[in-house]
Amino acid sequence: MNEKLAISVDDLTVAYNYKPVLWDIDLEVPEGVLMAIVGPNGAGKSTLIKSILGIIKPIAGSISIFGKPYDKQRKLVAYVPQKGSVDWDFPTTALDVVLMGTYGSLGWIKRPGQKEKKAALEALEKVGMLSFKSRQISQLSGGQQQRIFLARALVQNASIYFMDEPFQGVDATTEIAIINILKELRKAGKTLVVVHHDLQTVPEYFDWVTFLNVKKIATGPVKDIFNDDNLTKTYGINYKVAVNK
Amino acid sequence: MSISEYFNLLWTDYTLRTITLGTAVLGAICGMLGSFAVLRKQSLLGDAISHAALPGIAIAFLITGSKDTYILLLGALICGLIGTFWIRGITTKTHLKSDTALGLVLSLFFGFGMLLLTYIQKQPNANQAGLDKYLFGQAATLVESDVFIMIGVTGVCLIILLLFWKEFKIMLFDMDYTKTLGFNVRFIDSLITFFIVLAIVLGLQTVGVVLMSAMLLAPAAAARQWTNSLGTMVILAAIIGALAGIFGTAISATQNNLSTGPVIVLVAAVFVLFSFIFSPGRGILFREIRFRQNRNDLQLKKTLQFMYDIAKTHQNISHPHAIRILNNFQGFSKNSLRKMEEKEWITLKGQEWSLTNIGFEEAKNLYNQQLKDE
Repeated sequence: MNEKLAISVDDLTVAYNYKPVLWDIDLEVPEGVLMAIVGPNGAGKSTLIKSILGIIKPIAGSISIFGKPYDKQRKLVAYVPQKGSVDWDFPTTALDVVLMGTYGSLGWIKRPGQKEKKAALEALEKVGMLSFKSRQISQLSGGQQQRIFLARALVQNASIYFMDEPFQGVDATTEIAIINILKELRKAGKTLVVVHHDLQTVPEYFDWVTFLNVKKIATGPVKDIFNDDNLTKTYGINYKVAVNK
Repeated sequence: MSISEYFNLLWTDYTLRTITLGTAVLGAICGMLGSFAVLRKQSLLGDAISHAALPGIAIAFLITGSKDTYILLLGALICGLIGTFWIRGITTKTHLKSDTALGLVLSLFFGFGMLLLTYIQKQPNANQAGLDKYLFGQAATLVESDVFIMIGVTGVCLIILLLFWKEFKIMLFDMDYTKTLGFNVRFIDSLITFFIVLAIVLGLQTVGVVLMSAMLLAPAAAARQWTNSLGTMVILAAIIGALAGIFGTAISATQNNLSTGPVIVLVAAVFVLFSFIFSPGRGILFREIRFRQNRNDLQLKKTLQFMYDIAKTHQNISHPHAIRILNNFQGFSKNSLRKMEEKEWITLKGQEWSLTNIGFEEAKNLYNQQLKDE
């Protein structure tokens, strides 16, 4: 593993109204890991990702991506939001959504051309959705919509990928397809940060994990820190199930 | 005057031509921008803004004492923008949801506007009459320069839409993602809102405060039924808006001078109704037809499956069986048996049926086929 830091978060505090959602988070993510963020509902998992990406403004704290502020490193970062965060009845096609992944590198006003279209088609093929390219997005199943979102992030050709519950509401086939793509990305040296709910699959899918419940409980290699102690601290109840499986 | 006489007069009569062109252009720009409002789920924003513009008209008159359209509409524009900021402020700074914020601003501004209008009417000033025409609009007051301004604004709006098309589209679909790509969503959002306010203010003179939001929503809602592409939707909404303007004006001019604004809105509503029922993809009619077809089709296949299970126990698959034995099976009727015979799945003889080879093969592949269709 490379010793270079992909993401470094210092003293991050985020609050909606009065209640802190994230409290004083320090987090360092080395380059080239496939990291799960786990924690109970309301632990601030999505908020952590959104704060790093600048979608939510924190009360305090600083964030750097490969040693520089996020603003300067946007092109190195790709984001897969929760599937439920958009209206899938929007009048557009699968290919069109994937093309949106190229908008960031195009910048203002410039339209996607042949080069961008080729990249989008390649990404669609990678997630096994090429034959659905002209399909209106509301006609896709939940798993297919998730793959489209993944393809859109792939097109960004980033170094770090943030994914908010990419396995939510998808069937087993899609889950395997997605995790294989994530593992492939890691092999290519990319860093992946994934909000994840299914504790059972953490040791199998991920090599790095962060336990979060408003405060950071622990972060490190799955084999070292994915244990009963940390699970109990995070979830507040004894969690033997997941560990010794 | 009949409708055909009207369309002949259109080429010679200056007033008619001006009004028709004005309402058509207004319909087009409202349709275009309305598409964005509808897709942003801010359908009621237009309603709130148009009502919020009313006190602007009254205040502009009180300050200047002039009834010049442009001065009054400038007041409406300023007041409409203030209303928009309030709505945005209320939703971001309090716990109130946007529908509450819209409702509050709408009634507050409109109430204040009405209050000012009645105050103005009580003034001992001969010049005060006629401000209330902005409530329901009066297309007859359109003059050529108004239409030129409308065309100008529509042109600028079109250029902005074409320039920032990609940005508008991605922001409408996925705001958070757009932020992460480094686009200034506040700028894009303000740009589109500004043009929506501008279009509303332009329409006040013609359609009026109360009905203005229908001009934004109706063409967009109708257009959405016919297409699954944003570009086509915007173009279609513009065309529907323009047609509503043209036909609305024509009808109102030919039928004893019915008030133009409401007629335009009603014509637009007819477009909406027609689209809701008859659009092939999303319309009620075709959906119901497809639903019935599928259900009938499945019913036949279910009966066929039942027959297949009986027939396959025999050496000869076409061995005849009594229709009677189907009786305790749901979903079969004389009608469905006849349909199955038409498809050559079975042959009927007296009170007996027998499976054909075609029917046998069809039934054998039924399960696999259903899976493939998925």
